[in-house]
Amino acid sequence: MSRLRWKTRILATLVVLANVLGNFFLSLGLRHRVAATSSWLEALTSPWVLLGAGVLVFWMLCRLALLSWADLSWVVPVTASGYALTALIGRLFLGEQISATRWAGIALITLGVLLVRTTAIRTTSPRRLREGSG
Amino acid sequence: MSWVLVIIVAVTASLGDALQTLGMKLHGEIHDFRLGALAAAFRRLLRSWHLGLSLLLLAISFGAFLGLLAIADLSFAVPATAVEYVLTTLLARYLLGEKVNWRRWAGAGLVACGVVLLAL
Repeated sequence: MSRLRWKTRILATLVVLANVLGNFFLSLGLRHRVAATSSWLEALTSPWVLLGAGVLVFWMLCRLALLSWADLSWVVPVTASGYALTALIGRLFLGEQISATRWAGIALITLGVLLVRTTAIRTTSPRRLREGSG
Repeated sequence: MSWVLVIIVAVTASLGDALQTLGMKLHGEIHDFRLGALAAAFRRLLRSWHLGLSLLLLAISFGAFLGLLAIADLSFAVPATAVEYVLTTLLARYLLGEKVNWRRWAGAGLVACGVVLLAL
């Protein structure tokens, strides 16, 4: 496999994992704080919320790097697998129930991701974009 | 009112994404993943207006999404904003000139439908 494929695969995986983990930490922090009936300011400076925000900054930087070579119309659908992963994590680690409708949603997202993954990672050349944008 | 917010969320998010991609493509492919090189690339990126404006658009989108959550249920907000997947693909095709074949269209459509089902 080429170097481009490898770094795309690694960065896309990091983008998905960082997104899922960041959101998970955020919701953990906010939920705990709301339960303890503390103020919003306190909630926003709780360790889980800060950790979540940090992970989301890492998510954004990884996504920027990925977009420096990969197509936007490749990155957006492929990294949407995070939605399906979030639902599965809820099922595995938090014991949440998944309805038939949600299973169907997970299946459609997985199918869409697999379909887009069969297409070329990059279809534009930087030179053409430079000329196009003046 | 909620549909106005949905449109603002979707349009600013996809425009922000397209602008961010344009900025990154104009900067060029990241080859060197050592910390110093990444920091230098980031400093270069901050000097172009693309990244700054894209972050502003994404911040507006996030703010509008929070506003939407304040007046509507999550089970309305998430499916409604799934239209953003289709909009982003359109912008990638017509603004960035990416080659979107039927597999990409179908993939983006399936993902959008899947997100709707997950939120129901």
